[in-house]
Amino acid sequence: MNFILNMAWRDSRASRRRLLLYSLSVVLGIAALVSIGSFSANVRGAIQAEAKGLLGADLFVTSPAPLGPPVIAYLGALGGEVAREQMFSSMMTFPEANRLRLVQVHAVEGAFPFYGRFETDPAGASGRLRSGGAVAVLEPTLLAQFGVRIGDRVKLGRTLFTVVGALRKVPGESPGVAMMAPRAYIPMASLAGTGLSGGEALARYRAMVRLPAVRDPDGIVLDMKARFPSVRLSFETVEERKRNLGQALERLDAFLSLVGFVALILGGIGVSSALHAYIREKIATVAVLRCLGASARQSFAVYVVQGLALGLAGACAGGVLGVAVQMGLPALVRGMLPIDVSFFVSWPALLRGTGAGVVICLLFSLLPLLAVRRIPPLAALRSAVAERAAVEPDPLRLAIAAAIAAAVAGFAIWQTGKVYVGLGFAGMLGLGFGVLLGLAHAVAWAARRFVPKGLPYVVRQGFANLHRPNNRTVLLLLSLGLGTFLVLTLFLVRTTLLREIQGSGAAGRPNLIFFDIQDDQIDPLERAAAAAGSPVVERAPIVTMRIRSIRGMTVEKIQAEKGVRIPDWALRREYRSTFRGRLSQTERVVQGAFSGRADPGAGPVPVSVEEGLAREMQLHLGDEIDWDVQGLPVRTRVGSIRAVEWRRMEPNFFVVFPEGVLEGAPKTYVAAMLAASPADSARVQRAVVEQFPNVSAIDLALVVETLDGIFSKVAFAVQFMALFTVATGLVVLAGAVLTGRRQRIRETVLLRTLGATRRQVALIQLVEYAVLGIQAAVVGGLLAVAGNALLARYVFHMAATASAWQIGAAVAAVTSLAVATGFAAGRGVMDHPPLEILRQET
Amino acid sequence: MPSQAMLRVQRLTKTYRTAAGPLTVLHEASFELEAGASIAVVGPSGSGKTTLLGLCAGLDRATAGSVELAGERLDSLDEDARARVRNESVGFVFQNFQLIPTLTALENVLVPLELRGERGCEPEGRALLERVGLTARSDHYPVQLSGGEQQRVALARAFINRPKILFCDEPTGDLDGDTAASMTELIFGLNRERGTTLVLVTHNFELAGRCQRILRLRNGAVASDERNLAVP
Repeated sequence: MNFILNMAWRDSRASRRRLLLYSLSVVLGIAALVSIGSFSANVRGAIQAEAKGLLGADLFVTSPAPLGPPVIAYLGALGGEVAREQMFSSMMTFPEANRLRLVQVHAVEGAFPFYGRFETDPAGASGRLRSGGAVAVLEPTLLAQFGVRIGDRVKLGRTLFTVVGALRKVPGESPGVAMMAPRAYIPMASLAGTGLSGGEALARYRAMVRLPAVRDPDGIVLDMKARFPSVRLSFETVEERKRNLGQALERLDAFLSLVGFVALILGGIGVSSALHAYIREKIATVAVLRCLGASARQSFAVYVVQGLALGLAGACAGGVLGVAVQMGLPALVRGMLPIDVSFFVSWPALLRGTGAGVVICLLFSLLPLLAVRRIPPLAALRSAVAERAAVEPDPLRLAIAAAIAAAVAGFAIWQTGKVYVGLGFAGMLGLGFGVLLGLAHAVAWAARRFVPKGLPYVVRQGFANLHRPNNRTVLLLLSLGLGTFLVLTLFLVRTTLLREIQGSGAAGRPNLIFFDIQDDQIDPLERAAAAAGSPVVERAPIVTMRIRSIRGMTVEKIQAEKGVRIPDWALRREYRSTFRGRLSQTERVVQGAFSGRADPGAGPVPVSVEEGLAREMQLHLGDEIDWDVQGLPVRTRVGSIRAVEWRRMEPNFFVVFPEGVLEGAPKTYVAAMLAASPADSARVQRAVVEQFPNVSAIDLALVVETLDGIFSKVAFAVQFMALFTVATGLVVLAGAVLTGRRQRIRETVLLRTLGATRRQVALIQLVEYAVLGIQAAVVGGLLAVAGNALLARYVFHMAATASAWQIGAAVAAVTSLAVATGFAAGRGVMDHPPLEILRQET
Repeated sequence: MPSQAMLRVQRLTKTYRTAAGPLTVLHEASFELEAGASIAVVGPSGSGKTTLLGLCAGLDRATAGSVELAGERLDSLDEDARARVRNESVGFVFQNFQLIPTLTALENVLVPLELRGERGCEPEGRALLERVGLTARSDHYPVQLSGGEQQRVALARAFINRPKILFCDEPTGDLDGDTAASMTELIFGLNRERGTTLVLVTHNFELAGRCQRILRLRNGAVASDERNLAVP
C-alpha cells in the first residue's frame, strides 16, 4: 500500500497541474448539484420556520361571489379574528405619466396579516392602508414603469388615491402571481367612492381567518364544505400551502439537479477522455514497473489512487464553489420566492453533491484506467505490444459502463423519487449522447471523405484534425454541443412563444381589447373609440352561465359517479358564453353545422362547443346540456364542434349560442380594436376609461412584455444551470487541448524546423479550433432547432420559429469561445525554441 | 547438474497471429546458463533476440517450450507470480534506459525494493549511485541527466534488488563510444562483484566479446552457441 501511495504521489509530479485541470471538469457539475441542493434545503428550512407567515392567517376562504351573511357569520363565530379582501381587475390611470394600466385591485379591511409582516417601502405604509382614506400601496413595477413617486396621485375609477408606499411582501401572495396585472392595495372603505362595483372581471372575495389555537383548520374546511354546498368556496390552510410549496420546490430541485447532473456527466466524460490520453503517456512507466516486479494490480492501483485523488480534489473545489454560488442565489431569485431565505450550508446536500461527483468521476476514470492492467512488461522492450493489448475486448469495461448507467438512473430516481422518471432520464441521456456520438462520427467521416484537396494547407490540416488519431471531435461535440443545445433551445422556445403572440397582433388583427363593458356602454364606447382614432373591429356580448346537467345527469351526479373523468373545472366553472349569427375569423367548424339563429321555443338550442372542451367533457354532437343562465334554465344540444385559434387576440369562447336566445339576459360586452401605434393605444385607452371607469383594457404589447418577463424568470434558472454545462464544455476543451499539448508541441516544432512561420502555425491552430467550435455549435444548434420544433409542435401546439440571427450568434459565440479556450490552453506551444524541444524529446 | 543452471531454455517457440497468418519469430530455441555465467545473444535485426530476452525474463509467454529461471518454471506461473520472480531474481538494463521520468535518480533506483515493501533502503541506493559515479546527481530527474548518466542510473536500479540474473538489451546502443566503454566496464564490474548471471542482447561484437558465451540467432532459430575462449 505504501508503495502504491508513494508511487501515485511521485508519478503525478510532472502532471499535477494537468490532473487538477482534469478535475475541474467535474467541479462545475458538483458545484451545480451542491448549490441547488443546499439552497433548496435553505428554502425548505424557511418554509418550516415561517409556515404561518406564508399564509398570514390560519385559513383563507375565497369565492368568486361575495361571501354571504351565513358564511361571514359562521367565520365570525369561530372565536378568532376575520379580515376581508376583495380582488378584481381594473384600469389605473397615472396622471403624471398620462398613461393607464390594468391592475389587480386588492381592497383590504381588517388586521391582516395575523402572522408575518405586510412589508412596504417606506415601512409605515401598511399602517396607513389600515387607517383608511384614499391611499394606495402599489407594486414596485408600477412605480418604476410610470415614474411614480411616493406622494403622487393615481386614479382608480373616479377616485384619486395618494401613493403611500411600494409593496415589498404580503403574506399569502407570491410576487410571481402579480406579473400579469400588478397589484394595487387600497382600503376597502374607499372602494365605494371609486364607482367601481368590485364585481369586475376576475373578481374574488376572500376572508382571512385567525383561529384560536384549539381549532383545527382542516376540520373547519370539511365542516364548511358540508354546510355550504351550494356556495362556491375554495379553502387554503397553512399546511396545504406548505405542502404545495414543498412539492413545487421538490420538483424544481429535482429538475435543476438533473440539469446540473448532465454537466457532471459531461465532466466525467471529459475526465475519462483526458485520462485516456494521460494513460497512453504512462505506458512506458507502467511497463517498467511491471518489469521491476510490480503486479498488474499494483500498477492499476497506482493510477486508481490518482483518479480517486482527482475526484476528491474536484469534489472539494466543487463543494466550495457550490456553497459560494448558493450564497449568491438568494440575490438572483429575489422577488420570486414568497419567503425570506436565510443562508446556511446543508451538509446532506453538500455530501450528496460531492459524493455524486466522486462516484461519477471515479467510474468515468476507471474506463481508461482499466487499460493499465493490460499493459504488459514486454512493452518496455516493444511499445507496439501495448497497442495490441489495448484493443482486446475487456469485460470489465462493460461492467463499468453498466455501473455508470446504473449510477445515472439511480441518481435520477433518488432525485425524483420515481423509478420510471429515473430510467427515462438515463435512457434519454443515453439516446442524446448516442445521437451526438453518431453525429460526431459522421462529421469525422465527412471530413475525411469530402474536404477538397485543393484547399490551402492550413485549412486541410485543420479539417484533418477532425478525423486523425486522438482527435477531439467526439468529446467536443458531446460537451460543447450539448451545452449549446440546452442554452439555445431555451432561447428559441422563448422566441417561438413571443413571436406567436406578437404575430397574433400583425396584419390588421386587433391588438387592444376592452372588457367589462356594460350593456348600455357598448354603443357610446364604440363612438368614443372611433373618435379617438381606433374604431372597434369586433364586439361580442358575454353572458355568464353554469351547467346544470349533461345528457340529463346533474353536475353533482356526474361528479359523484365513479369512473367518470370529467374535470371539476369544466363542470363547475362560470361559463362566459356569447351569441352570434356567424363564425369569427378565429374559428372553424370541425363537426356538425353551425347554427346562426334559433327559436327558443323550437326544442333544445343548437350551440357550438370548442373542441378541447368537448374532449374534456366527453361531449358529442346531439348531446344535451342544460344551463343555468343567471337563474333561468336554458336547454341546449351540441349542434357543432369548433376549432378555435386561442392565441389570436380576439374574443374567443368555449360555447357560442345562436342569435335569438340570450339577447334578453344580463350581459356585458368585450370589444376588440386595432390601434395603429402605442400612442394611439394609450389615447384610446384614456378616452374610454375616463368615460367608463369600470371598463378594463388588455394591451397586446403589455401581454407580450409580461409573458416575456415570466418566461425570462422561468428560463433564467434553467439557463443558469445550462451555463454550468457550457462552462464544463469549455473546461473539457481546455483539458483536451492540454492533453494533446505534448503532441502539439512536437508537431509545431517539426513544422517550424521545416520552415513554417509562427503565423502559419497559429493559422493551423485557428482553423482547427474554429472547425471544432463550429461543428460543435452547428450540431448543438441543429439539435436546438429540432428540440424547439418538437416542443412547439407537441407541447405548445404552434409553429416553431427559429431565428437565424440567434442561431448564427450562438454558433459565432461558441466558436469564439472554443477558439479562445484553445489558444489560451495551448499558449506557449510556439514559444519553445525547436532545439529545446528536440533535446527534450531525445 | 541441472539444478545448477540459473536459466534453462528448452525448445522455446513464439508465434504471433497476424492478418497474414501465423508468424513464428522464435523457433525451438534451447540453451542453458549456469549461475554466474555470462552470455551474449547476437544476430541481425529481426532474428528474435529481443523476443528471446523477453521470454527468458518472464516478460511474455511462449507459444511452446519452457523457461526455467532460478529454479522456477516460468510457463507454469501466472503473471503476478512472474512479477514476483522478476522482482526477486531479475535485473534489467534497456537500450533506451526506461527510467520513470517523474522519479528522481535515487527514487528510480529504489523502486524494486519499495515494491517489496522494504523500508530504510535509501543508503543502499545512494551507495549504488556512488558506485556508478552519480552521487551528486541522486536528486536529479531523468530529463536533467545525460544519456550515459541515465543508463548508469538504470544499471544501479538493476542491481538494487541483488538480482541473480541481469538481462541487458543493447545497453550501450544509445551511447557514444567513450560513454559506452565506461558503461561496459560498469556492467561487467558489477556483474563480477555480485556474482550475477548475465544475459546480454547486442549488435556490438566488442561488447559480446566480453561474455563467456555467444549465442547466435538467425531467422528465429539458434544458429550457434559458442564458448568465447577469450574470456575465462
